[in-house]
Amino acid sequence: MPNKTFFAFILPSLIAMVLFIALPIVSVVVQSLHVSHEQILVEVENCQPFGGCSTELRVDTAATAALREEQPLGRFNGLGTYVNRAHLATSELGVILSSERSIGEKWAQILNLPFYKALIFTLVYCFVVTPLAMALGFTIALAVNALPKVTKGPIIFFSLLPMIITPLIGSLILYWMLSPNGILGATIQHIFNDPTLSLRASPALTWGALLTYGVWTNAPFSFVVFYAGLQTVPGDTLESAMIDGASRWERIRYVIIPHLAPLATFVALVQLMDNFRVFEPIVGFSAEANATSLSWLIYNDLTGDSQQFGSAGATSVLTILGVVILLSPVLLRTWREFKHKAV
Amino acid sequence: MKPILMLAVSAAALALGTGSAFADCGVETGSVRILSNDFEALRIINATAQECATDAVTVTANATAEHKEIQVPALTINPAEYSVAVVANNSIVPLLNEDLIRPLDDLVAEYGQDLLPSQLVRIDGKIMAIAFMGNGQHMFYRKDILEQAGVEPPTSYDDVLAAAAAIKEAGLMDYPLAASVKPGWDLAAEFVNSYLGTGAEFFAPGSAELTIDNENGLEVLRVMRDMTAFMDPDYLTFDATEIQKEYEAGNVAIMNEWGSLGGAILDDEGAVEGVVENTVLTAAPTIGGGSIPAAALWWDGFTIAKNISDEDAEASFRAMVHGISPEMMAANKNAATWLIAGYEPGPAAVGVIANANGGARAYPMQPYMGLLHTALSTELAEFVAGSEDAEQALADVKAAYDTAAREAGFLQ
Repeated sequence: MPNKTFFAFILPSLIAMVLFIALPIVSVVVQSLHVSHEQILVEVENCQPFGGCSTELRVDTAATAALREEQPLGRFNGLGTYVNRAHLATSELGVILSSERSIGEKWAQILNLPFYKALIFTLVYCFVVTPLAMALGFTIALAVNALPKVTKGPIIFFSLLPMIITPLIGSLILYWMLSPNGILGATIQHIFNDPTLSLRASPALTWGALLTYGVWTNAPFSFVVFYAGLQTVPGDTLESAMIDGASRWERIRYVIIPHLAPLATFVALVQLMDNFRVFEPIVGFSAEANATSLSWLIYNDLTGDSQQFGSAGATSVLTILGVVILLSPVLLRTWREFKHKAV
Repeated sequence: MKPILMLAVSAAALALGTGSAFADCGVETGSVRILSNDFEALRIINATAQECATDAVTVTANATAEHKEIQVPALTINPAEYSVAVVANNSIVPLLNEDLIRPLDDLVAEYGQDLLPSQLVRIDGKIMAIAFMGNGQHMFYRKDILEQAGVEPPTSYDDVLAAAAAIKEAGLMDYPLAASVKPGWDLAAEFVNSYLGTGAEFFAPGSAELTIDNENGLEVLRVMRDMTAFMDPDYLTFDATEIQKEYEAGNVAIMNEWGSLGGAILDDEGAVEGVVENTVLTAAPTIGGGSIPAAALWWDGFTIAKNISDEDAEASFRAMVHGISPEMMAANKNAATWLIAGYEPGPAAVGVIANANGGARAYPMQPYMGLLHTALSTELAEFVAGSEDAEQALADVKAAYDTAAREAGFLQ
């Protein structure tokens, strides 16, 4: 294909990518380097229905508007937002690491910083959910592939349900089922004979519930891709393996898995990226006390009684960097393989 | 599209000189667009204001729990998306900070004869909002359970804890207490309530410097933690609506709950037998030997956007005055604790009135209070979950607040 034709083909999607992906990222980066103007405060008298009148500080809106006119983006803060306590907390981290405490105490102190608390859960979620969901999806794919044709359709439909349900709704359903009055929560209390046992009360059990939900909701994606991959496994290789006396497990281990390996890389890539942005289950499970994620931090900055755009921007950029770091080993490997093949 | 179309029609009608259709509220022309929170009392007001709609006047209302998230961008554009923003002590602050609402002195002078002086919210001498109802969290208790446990109705948090211990000991309830301590807005509001009850200030006078890191702060946290020992183990997931359900299910003897939910609790729906007739509404308990109810007083009121035409502003003001008219109040006495002329408190309002009469303080309106509320909402989570001590929790709140306040330009 001549370069010109190729270019004409990808131009529309290139424009869309620049408009909807590249420019917003640039804007977030710019925003994260700025903070609000200094607020000019004046003392004024306020009267309200309760408590009568009192003298309190107010923002001098005219003076603040003048400042805003001068510098529409706000004050340039450089990387200040990135290293403050709400993000990388470099100075707090330095104090903790140089203190004379035990490693356990230091670890607890680090987890007390909001960014690291969120980062740890995000990473655990990524690295527990991704492999387990892939393994589950692969198992379902193998099982469905072995089914007779008549039952395949309905079973595939049911296996896909977790992916069809909106994540927030899915997590809310599971959350209600796990409540002490719900079917799962009551059953668990009955099995362990402990009426105070609640999956929502302890951090460990909350994490467990979130991770289980993650595997449940992510497995269908792996299943679909692996199931499609299974249809491409060469039949004659499988047959010759059978003639050589390979058991079902050996056929899976030495024929099917190597055949699907490139596909697994792709699934792992997409799933890691997805899971790094974990957000809905935390809100759905009301788990904010025990588990937060980077995406939840961004949400928390942008909602509530005051919005902190610079802070949300910095967390967003750090999330993007996290995704890049997370994916770099897989990307490097793919690139090397590609180069190898080209040679 | 519809409002725009209606506006065009009304403009056409005006041009033809046929704009003579008067409603009760006397609005002749203009467009009224209301943005409000979503609960019963506000829905009634919105509906009443919509009676002002005529061929020449359009009145639309958007009642949504997400009103706080959209009000600033919606009023920043010119002309503003909404001509009326219904706000409370806390949600008026972002509008004041960004200078998005207009002074109402002229409109009050011309059309506000029915308003009481106490309804006028004045900032720097200018009327910026018209309050129409009060709200706040106060105590609901079950007199039958307290009688069976042999304890007097509590008036302080120490009484509440003692009563809870007695109820538990008597085997009447496993978890006699409830409070909305779900990490987030609710948890922060609990802290603010109790801290106001100590009589101390959140900020150093004349600055945005946080001063809660003191004995009062520690006392508030001690009470909050002690209360959780008598709460359902799932208390970390309980917000205001959840504890209402627990209470109506008969699982709770004493709780702090919003006055605006009093009507829903006292009605004949949703509660198991024995709850409604034994429920007593009263002021919030006092804390730490203090004498005032440990609860913030809230008002709900309406404001008029700055970025709209004077004609729309006048129409909006008159429609809202109609919406909060004494007639509306007379027809909906039990829907809220009204601040409107001629109001006599009904059974659902006695708690909020008791708070006010007891000298409870209003929720602070400082421009940086929202930042503190956000800091409290996340940093107290570990403390109330029991995995952090009080000193560390207060230090975390201060650190988080300082970071946010520096970014927002309130602290250097």
